[in-house]
Amino acid sequence: MPRARVLIRPKEGILDPQGKAVERALPALGFEGIEHVHVGRMVELDVEDPDQLAALCEKLLANPLIEDYEIEQLDGAA
Amino acid sequence: MRWGVLQFPGSCDERDAVNACQRTGAEARLVWHEERDLGGIDAVVVPGGFSYGDYLRAGAIARFSPAMEAVSEFAAAGGPVLGICNGFQVLCEAGLLPGALLRNKNLRFLCRQLTLHEVPSGQFTTPGRGELTTRRLSIPGKHGEGRFWAPEGVLDALEAGGQVAYRYTPGENPNGSARDIAGVRNEAGNVLGLMPHPEHAVDPLTGSTDGLRVFEAVAAAGVAA
Repeated sequence: MPRARVLIRPKEGILDPQGKAVERALPALGFEGIEHVHVGRMVELDVEDPDQLAALCEKLLANPLIEDYEIEQLDGAA
Repeated sequence: MRWGVLQFPGSCDERDAVNACQRTGAEARLVWHEERDLGGIDAVVVPGGFSYGDYLRAGAIARFSPAMEAVSEFAAAGGPVLGICNGFQVLCEAGLLPGALLRNKNLRFLCRQLTLHEVPSGQFTTPGRGELTTRRLSIPGKHGEGRFWAPEGVLDALEAGGQVAYRYTPGENPNGSARDIAGVRNEAGNVLGLMPHPEHAVDPLTGSTDGLRVFEAVAAAGVAA
């Protein structure tokens, strides 16, 4: 069954306090020159019919009001 | 008057909600998430907790339960629905209320008494759309994902349409909610959601009975419907 990976991230312009917290922590560990950190979610799944992916992202995996998603089809097709 | 209080795996405030409904003089019963029949129920509470473990996003999975399908039909027919905390998140995910609830701005779980300002409008209180009042309610809040967010245009429409139901005291916004919004109504006025917990403010023993006003207001919306 084809494997797919869905990346879900907060929409541009929506405050992402998790990303900010990570961004602020990095200099304390000696990592410099890092900005625009965003924390999202990744879902991997096997799907018989990849044409369903967009619909299932819209309906459940992401909340399109606040999140963007990206579908990667794996198994070499990525 | 009979309330139905939904109960999902992971709900934790449903019994306090039943108690609150009963203290307004009404009857109340729990509605298991697999029930599809709301027969005999005049008003619904979608209670707080962590439905289905809040996996994926708070409220995202609960919205597909049979009981929520029934609630969507009930709300569409004008039935009064009150969503509290996780219930508010469920109603937003279900599209019964506008906007979404995001992680608190400071990333901390909030658990303390809050002051809410009633914004009366439509069916829930006396007429006077958008009118600000000095009526304050002392009600506890406890949540990690309570930052109300909606696009600017939607926020403008909510304010213009009298759909903002409760605000936090300006300067004391506990979670970073847009425009200090603590609770909103749908356009028709029969669905109300708020992050703080009116069901925990119904007994003088715990410092406030202001929460009863919220239940009474939603019940009154049912009488009008």
